[in-house]
Amino acid sequence: MQQTRIQKLFEFVRKENRSALIAYVTAGDPSPERTPGIVAALERGGVDLIELGVPFSDPIADGPVIQRAAARALKAGTTVPKVLDMAREIRKTSEIPILLFTYLNPVLRYGLDKLARDAKAAGIDGCLLTDVSVEEAEPYVAAMRAAELDTVFLAAPTSTERRLKLVAQYSTGFVYLVSRTGVTGEQSALSDSLAPLIDKMRTATKLSLAAGFGISTPEQAGAVAKMADGVVVGSAIVRQIEKDPRGLESLARSLAERMKK
Amino acid sequence: MITSQVTSEPDITGHFGPYGGRFVPEVLMAPLEELEQAYRAASADPGFQAELTDLLSHYAGRPTPLYYARRLSETLGGAKIYLKREDLLHTGAHKINNCLGQALLARRMGKKRIIAETGAGQHGVATASVCALFGLECVVYMGEEDMRRQRLNVFRMRLMGANVVSVTNGSRTLKDAISEAMRDWVTNVHTTHYLLGSALGAHPYPLMVRDFHRVIGDETHAEILKREGRLPDSIFACVGGGSNAIGMFHAFIGDQSVKLIGIEAGGRSLQLGEHAARFAGGAPGVLHGAKSYLLQDADGQAALTHSVSAGLDYVLIGPEHAWLHDRGRAEYTSCSDADALAAAMKLARTEGIIPALESAHAVHEAIRRAPAEPGKLFVVNLSGRGDKDTDIYRENFPELDAADPNTKAV
Repeated sequence: MQQTRIQKLFEFVRKENRSALIAYVTAGDPSPERTPGIVAALERGGVDLIELGVPFSDPIADGPVIQRAAARALKAGTTVPKVLDMAREIRKTSEIPILLFTYLNPVLRYGLDKLARDAKAAGIDGCLLTDVSVEEAEPYVAAMRAAELDTVFLAAPTSTERRLKLVAQYSTGFVYLVSRTGVTGEQSALSDSLAPLIDKMRTATKLSLAAGFGISTPEQAGAVAKMADGVVVGSAIVRQIEKDPRGLESLARSLAERMKK
Repeated sequence: MITSQVTSEPDITGHFGPYGGRFVPEVLMAPLEELEQAYRAASADPGFQAELTDLLSHYAGRPTPLYYARRLSETLGGAKIYLKREDLLHTGAHKINNCLGQALLARRMGKKRIIAETGAGQHGVATASVCALFGLECVVYMGEEDMRRQRLNVFRMRLMGANVVSVTNGSRTLKDAISEAMRDWVTNVHTTHYLLGSALGAHPYPLMVRDFHRVIGDETHAEILKREGRLPDSIFACVGGGSNAIGMFHAFIGDQSVKLIGIEAGGRSLQLGEHAARFAGGAPGVLHGAKSYLLQDADGQAALTHSVSAGLDYVLIGPEHAWLHDRGRAEYTSCSDADALAAAMKLARTEGIIPALESAHAVHEAIRRAPAEPGKLFVVNLSGRGDKDTDIYRENFPELDAADPNTKAV
């Protein structure tokens, strides 16, 4: 299997001795036409990897900000084929790694093998399904592997040692560490559960580790960048899109700047 | 009596054939493993079982009667219809069976806070009741639309000290209440037990909820043999998530001669969005932790549903029902809003029993089939009583609210 853009990115930031800035956006929010421009603005601001969220009707792992984004995107007619169109559009001008981020059912409906093939052809590099546990992952992982796509799984503060090993075993590209128990959304303070989770995960795997959930300010991103190989900012970016997408580039820049220190 | 080897148990990972499983964010995986271990230990503990049995009998009012509905049967002139009177239980529906079991389990696990979802409000009321009984904090998530149409139950929950949280997103019904309860659980999993009220969700919930309701079928099995010297020919139960139905069906799964008939909500029509009949237009999908038949659109988004009965108004059917369906061991049909209302009226007028709108769906199917099956023995699981539906009955039978009601003959 050739290296994916995701794997190359983590190799690259390791050489630069820094942490990757990962931004989550809900594809199709506020409309499918706007998404490629939003991604371009984030990339100009210093974002290294895009998590492209496929909206789902019942996002049980998401807080109010991303729930609202999903509702807007669905109302604007966003579907899996349209998200693939957006990826193709982004690829015309950019080599930024793209991780598809969603829940299982829309993918299941589209067809696992078909999605893997079509996503690869559209320039997508990997996939994370929030509600697929490693126990249920076999058919999904097989489909993604066949298309040479990365599969990123979540590790959580509640995960036992046995589970952390399984998560590492099923993940390629990187492992996504959920910094606290809870849904996505901004928090005033960083969770105490993150540092011990990173330590435990380092003993289980050599894969790169990115942390997310509750990271929104440049200060928080800077603090997490000292511990993890990647920092995911979601709700703060989606909130900016909701408020005024023109502020995205400077928001990304302020996060990226702080992560270099 | 024909008894075969047909069983219906999930495999070790909680799959009923291709259905069920554990489709949840990683945060919940270890807590679900812990819950499963605690549940299996409790099931094997005679002390736990003795306490549950004692509460079921002295607090909830078990065993419930198996009542021969003579006037209803004679009016129809066919099959002999028995009603399993779960409506007579404390709090007004079968839901209390599962709530007592899970509350004892939560106490055993040291969880002091209980969350639950509710549609019709019967599960919410039963949860509020057991939380008051055990001194546990209680938060119930309920769709705004359901709070409106089942407002009596909202008040009953509050009277017993529960905090009822209005859910205003999506269809503002049971689906969104479950999503919100899952978000709470993801956040507060260390202190909180999610007291799920139907045979849905991630493993071990479909198994555990079913087991706590098995008493319905076990009592029926023993009682009908005593009364009639034989097993029933057909058993009817309404299916939202499917807890009362699976509790009733389970004792009869090995008895191949007994037809098991589940009735889903046919709503206004069988067009997507107008009903909650998962086997009439649904396809296998994953929602709220399990794989099963799901009403969804072409892009895999969960569809909106409708039923006059809040308790049946849900997009996914419990995974064990999906398996029973595919293997042909149970059959599933649907009943429209209008037919359910008419069946409720018929039961009220012939037997003096006002059923919950959910249970009225099952009553309808028995009424429909009875005339053509003389000599046959039917059992309908009357899962809940109709007090909570008084407002809806009033809306639908406005002539009875008039000063001089011109009462129609049945």
